[in-house]
Amino acid sequence: MEDLGLREETMIINMGPQHPSTHGVLRMVLALDGEYVVSCRPVIGYLHTGIEKNTEYRTWQQGVTFVTRADYLSPFFNETAYCLAVERLLGIEAPPRAQVIRVMVMELNRIASHLVWLATTGLELGAISMMLYGLREREEILRIFEMVTGLRLNHAYVRVGGLSMDLPDGAVDRVRAFLKLMPGRIHEYQELLSGSPIWRQRTVGIGSVSPEDMLALGVTGPMMRAAGVSWDLRKEEPYCGYETYDFEVPLREAGDCFARYEVRLEEMRQSLRIVEQCLDRLTPGPWVRTASAIPWSTSSTSWRSRWRP
Amino acid sequence: MDTPALAQRLAQRFPEVLEARGEVTITVEADELAQALLHLRDEPDLSFRFLSDVTCTDWPGLDPRYWLAYHLLSTEHRQRVRVKVGLPPEPDPPRVASAVPLFPTANWLEREVFDFYGVVFEGHPDLRRIEMPEDWVGHPLRKDHPLAGVNTQYKGAFIPPPDRRGL
Repeated sequence: MEDLGLREETMIINMGPQHPSTHGVLRMVLALDGEYVVSCRPVIGYLHTGIEKNTEYRTWQQGVTFVTRADYLSPFFNETAYCLAVERLLGIEAPPRAQVIRVMVMELNRIASHLVWLATTGLELGAISMMLYGLREREEILRIFEMVTGLRLNHAYVRVGGLSMDLPDGAVDRVRAFLKLMPGRIHEYQELLSGSPIWRQRTVGIGSVSPEDMLALGVTGPMMRAAGVSWDLRKEEPYCGYETYDFEVPLREAGDCFARYEVRLEEMRQSLRIVEQCLDRLTPGPWVRTASAIPWSTSSTSWRSRWRP
Repeated sequence: MDTPALAQRLAQRFPEVLEARGEVTITVEADELAQALLHLRDEPDLSFRFLSDVTCTDWPGLDPRYWLAYHLLSTEHRQRVRVKVGLPPEPDPPRVASAVPLFPTANWLEREVFDFYGVVFEGHPDLRRIEMPEDWVGHPLRKDHPLAGVNTQYKGAFIPPPDRRGL
């Protein structure tokens, strides 16, 4: 065949760190062959704030305020994971009421986080209405968080030994109202997106990852479950009493973007089930262990403040 | 296998196995690390095929000064294990074999440890800083690296360290 003089070289494009479609501050160095991405070198670190170094200088209880900022879309998970680790080291457990409230705010947080994913993904695929709906319902959750903790993000609500404060009056009613509202809204998202040819063209068969690659690359969460690997810490290594709640772990086999979308939608429904069970279990009682019942070692300060080279 | 059974099974192959708080930890020598990880990954009754984290701690004045920890997970057998490696203060930087040939995800995890502790992973395909700026001097999570109190690299501003701010 005649040589048409096509140039077969790749083009290097720098995307970000300030680019409307890079969430957070992320830079990507892309090698493009026409419209195909041949290689991608992500440059992260723009949001690194030295949380680990800072906490060396703080007390264990102060650490909560730092770790809640590790991922601003899932503050309650960061706080709970950190507090559970400190509590395991101390050999204590939070009171039952605190455990129930922790599960409740975490599951609401999961819905809020999935909504941001759904909204921004919709935005990027051209479904701007999905962005508006998703953030509208997320706002409702953030209002609940503000009512309960005083803050919309970065709450520092979960503390070593329990919580910083009890639920305020009216919080339970507010959550119940949300539980009534949300199932219909999730149904609407599904009606809007699942059958849409544009949505399907841009998600079905896109970004497939095999279960073996998921393990090798260290991928977890809904992505892993969308490839058919049944691994959910709430079932496998239950904490905060998750083993006593009735819920299912949604699984899909395809491992593509559409499967991940379906898994996340179903997870939101399961989270609503868990929140409902939490509300039914809320009984009056202490929400934090008294300071004297927390067996801090010789001093409550961190290792650094007692150590001098 | 529950945790004590796992510890017993691992004791057949590894001399130092510790079970505490329901967690199993193996300590190996630096030159045995790759062999140990390969064994844990490929033995059918262990099959720790998921590397969830590589971390490091710094204990200045002690030997070994650095302790690397590899956190492994087996999704088939629903169990976890931690592999610890001690590295001496000298030579600086400390060196250890990379786990990237065994676990691709070790690529970024080892870059993080290199960035923060200056541990050099031999055989790593792309050992660059990952979080700190490329021109940063030092490795900030070493205990002798100051948090602040030095002329920071932002317009020469002076920030007192938190332990001198009366907190």
